[in-house]
Amino acid sequence: MASSTLDDRAAIVFGDRQMSFAELDAAARRCAAAFLDMGATGVVYFGANDLAFPVAVFAAAFADLPFIPLNYRLGEEQLAPLVEANRGAVMVSEGTDLPGADPAMLVPRERLLDPTFRARGEVDLPPFVDPEEVAIVLYTSGTSGTPKAALLRHRHLTSYIIGTVEFAGAAEEQAALVTVPPYHIAGLANLLSNIYAGRRIVYLETFDAPNWLDAVRRHGVTQAMVVPTMLARVVHHLDGAPADTPSLRTLSYGGARMPLPVLEAALEAFEGTGFVNAYGLTETSSTIALLGPEDHDAAFAGDEVARVRLGSVGKVLPGIEVEVRDEDGTILPVGEPGLVFLRGEQVSGEYQGGNAVDDAGWFPTKDRGWIDPDGYLFIEGRADDTIIRGGENIAPAEIEDVLRRHPAIVDAAVVGVPDEEWGQQIAAVVVLGAGRTASVDELHDYCQEHLRGSKTPYRIEFRDELPHTPTGKLLRREVLADLLR
Amino acid sequence: MEIKAGSRLACPECSVELVVVRPPSSAVALTCGGVAVVEAGADRPAGGHADAAGEGTLVGKRYADEDSGLEVLCAKPGPGALAVDGREVPVKGAKPLPSSD
Repeated sequence: MASSTLDDRAAIVFGDRQMSFAELDAAARRCAAAFLDMGATGVVYFGANDLAFPVAVFAAAFADLPFIPLNYRLGEEQLAPLVEANRGAVMVSEGTDLPGADPAMLVPRERLLDPTFRARGEVDLPPFVDPEEVAIVLYTSGTSGTPKAALLRHRHLTSYIIGTVEFAGAAEEQAALVTVPPYHIAGLANLLSNIYAGRRIVYLETFDAPNWLDAVRRHGVTQAMVVPTMLARVVHHLDGAPADTPSLRTLSYGGARMPLPVLEAALEAFEGTGFVNAYGLTETSSTIALLGPEDHDAAFAGDEVARVRLGSVGKVLPGIEVEVRDEDGTILPVGEPGLVFLRGEQVSGEYQGGNAVDDAGWFPTKDRGWIDPDGYLFIEGRADDTIIRGGENIAPAEIEDVLRRHPAIVDAAVVGVPDEEWGQQIAAVVVLGAGRTASVDELHDYCQEHLRGSKTPYRIEFRDELPHTPTGKLLRREVLADLLR
Repeated sequence: MEIKAGSRLACPECSVELVVVRPPSSAVALTCGGVAVVEAGADRPAGGHADAAGEGTLVGKRYADEDSGLEVLCAKPGPGALAVDGREVPVKGAKPLPSSD
């Protein structure tokens, strides 16, 4: 549809190479036939962003095969079971080798762009793809355990895309800069919605702040999505200077919690750019709630209510329902924190070997949060991360936010450590900025000044850096393991 | 002809092609320019509609019939206008959202 309407318009830009909508369509159909000819049961993609990535995604769809992006940063030990679990799939790989893969199914990704890579004879592509078929298998980041294979069916993805994006709604000059990796739901959602909108996608292979800013200016990027770690690096690089990116209309962020000081500095640096906070999960086919530019602008202008809402993820999308429940399943009134449940057509909640959705269609996000009287959703963090100290539920994020506002601190993690008297005690691990100093006593006093006594960490330690996933999620269990060592 | 979700339909007389987003709750007659649509891939004489009026069917727009629940997405545009059991099918309004990805 996009190819027949948009035809020769540029669809994908990577470095100095680009591909039009028509070329992408033709390459994906050619590869789909080749994959079916190989007898593939799925399409694994192992690598960073590249022109071959969208070709692989749409080839899988044309061939009615599940698309399975794997995290190319995984070590061999973590990768082996994932390769084994997808044995019958064609393995599109960045390199020429993928440990454990069947050599007959291994396809170096450059081959996808090579017109000689095709089916040996005539292969008909399926005329009909059942919306019930699995479109994407995505391994969750598994910050609190082993990765799970989340299943997204065609109906979940189409419901998200056609429900939130206007077909060919983007003008020709629009371009989206994508830096999230292919194995992240945001990377896939980005690809699908930008293609559907007819917006050119500019891929940056590896992220660094000067490159990112340069790409925005050089390609006249109008839309960009970043994870908090990336925005923090951009803000740090700018060091108070304006971003000088006049083409940038929207800068969206998500994937992990955004530290308020970073956001405030970014709002200052990117004057004239609309900020969007997107909240979603792999299991919900990406975004289910948005905090839009008006909310950010009002906060920046000093509106007190709006400033509080900068800490929220905004309102849920039309078609999505949200409920906050206590541990017993009782629905909680507005303002009371509890477990967040979601329902809607884009919500899958299904895994290989199980389904987390209840009979009435509600998916337990396992995030804790609350809703304000105007429907703004506040996410406190993963329920598993909640510290229970002497019976009181404490969200680590609140304490981390306070610590990060301290002038000497650049990063902070708060975890609960087992304690005989309190059940759990609060421990903080902080990273100081280059050349900055702060003593434990000083930080303790600072916390007491800004937090209730029961939320003041009893133990504060210093580290050179904190463990994060590539998309910026803090790996709390590693922080905790380090403290208990 | 059963209209099921995900299936592709085409007008036999003009260029309109559709994808079914939501099937109807019971059997209906879906027409384009007054002619019953067929499964995509079937023979299409493509004679053109005699009395094509209005804006036809527009690519990328969703057309939803409230009574039957049928919703289709237009994948290729054409001069014919859609109708369900003779009722004109209105365009379903897109929900304008700031781009998040």
